[in-house]
Amino acid sequence: MNTNHTTQFTIDDLRRIMRESAGQDEAVDLEGDILDTHFQELGYDSLALLETTSRIAREYGIAIADEDLDGAESPGALLQLVNQALTRV
Amino acid sequence: MSAAPVVTGIGVAAPNGLGTEEYWQATLEGRGGIAPISRFDPSGYPVRLAGEVPGFDAAAYIPSRLLPQTDHMTRLALYAADAAMRDSGADTAQLPEYGAGVSSASSMGGFEFGQRELQNLWSKGGRFVSAYQSFAWFYAVNTGQISIRHGLRGPGSALVTDQAGGLDAVGNARRQIRKGTALMLAGGVDGALCPLGLAGQLSSGRLSTEERPDHAYLPFATEARGHVPGEGGAYLVLEDRDSARRRGARVYGEIAGYAATFDPAQETPGADGLAHAIRRALREAGTDPQQVDAVFADAAGVPELDRTEAQAVTAVFGARAVPVTAPKSLTGRLYAGGAALDLAAALLSIRDGVLPHTANVAAPAPGLGIDLVVGSPRTVTVDCALVLARGHGGFNAAAVVRRAH
Repeated sequence: MNTNHTTQFTIDDLRRIMRESAGQDEAVDLEGDILDTHFQELGYDSLALLETTSRIAREYGIAIADEDLDGAESPGALLQLVNQALTRV
Repeated sequence: MSAAPVVTGIGVAAPNGLGTEEYWQATLEGRGGIAPISRFDPSGYPVRLAGEVPGFDAAAYIPSRLLPQTDHMTRLALYAADAAMRDSGADTAQLPEYGAGVSSASSMGGFEFGQRELQNLWSKGGRFVSAYQSFAWFYAVNTGQISIRHGLRGPGSALVTDQAGGLDAVGNARRQIRKGTALMLAGGVDGALCPLGLAGQLSSGRLSTEERPDHAYLPFATEARGHVPGEGGAYLVLEDRDSARRRGARVYGEIAGYAATFDPAQETPGADGLAHAIRRALREAGTDPQQVDAVFADAAGVPELDRTEAQAVTAVFGARAVPVTAPKSLTGRLYAGGAALDLAAALLSIRDGVLPHTANVAAPAPGLGIDLVVGSPRTVTVDCALVLARGHGGFNAAAVVRRAH
């Protein structure tokens, strides 16, 4: 578990955890420019997102409130949310 | 009443073969899948053998999307269901939105997944429990996952009747087709070869503690000493006869009759409940006992239970009047998957004109009065076969499969 306050959570970190949490739809290229793509379009439903954010929270030692998650509908928005939480650690 | 539904697809994941033809070849050659448990260290348990499905590389068969959210036995079920669909050649996109469904049997659920997440909960805390624990451990999970993967939005069900479930699921699918559903994917896959699952199975008191693989599960033999647990099973594609015919589908046979009964509470199950199920299934199929070419037995491997099954068979057919076989001596008992696999074997016997033998058993115990197929497969025309299954707690089921004309 990494609780170092200088940690940055990057799109590649997110890609890795997304794959661990819910694999990858055959029709989706996670390596492409996905920052502003809706999670639904990437094949990630609410349960897959719950698993993804739960793994991020565990690995980085942060807490993300459920109500904040509701607004994070794309990888870019989730990145921002995680990095905000990391600055609070 | 419409005609009996027909079987147009078979998918098998068995301890002695992954894939229908692999299973069937191994079965006819007497190659078994019972071996020392490899998936965990069983040294602390009185049971050391199991039938594990060989060479199952989940990533090769299951979309990566589904891997984090599935137990091993659900992956086996997804494999078998997909294989059955492909084998049938059916295109569910051509059917009405609710025109196809799935009927599964299950006895245990995803115990290996569930055990891991319970260990996470108690050793690390709730934050470490997978979100997929919400359904991955659940006994109904295979029905849901198969339904989603194949877009089967019609009738969906999960039956829990132990070993009888493989027949009950197909009996239920048969009923749905008679009520107007065009296609049903039906069968069962079980498997709980993990410490939690094995502990649960031990409670039946019916598991063999013998450590020699070819001596551990000897149904109907004098030396019968319980059964070996296994994993896997089969799915079948059932279709309405007319729609199967319209699309020119290859037909393995029809599910001509099915019946289930429940034993009254008593110390040891008697033969009456099973005999009653056999008679009702034959009546539903419009078949006389003389027309049945083979019986695929439940084959508990426990002397008292083998005796009551033999009594039920001889009560209906007479002594040594019909060949009886139990190819599951090669796989162990697969619980909800077992009878579904026997249905597949019965249909393949019809196709190939050969009855697999009860491998590892030299002869039935004296006094059972059954013509047990032993030693080697028996070449015989099979037009009609009866499949029997009993579930722990008093479930009896019988299904009649017949060559379709």
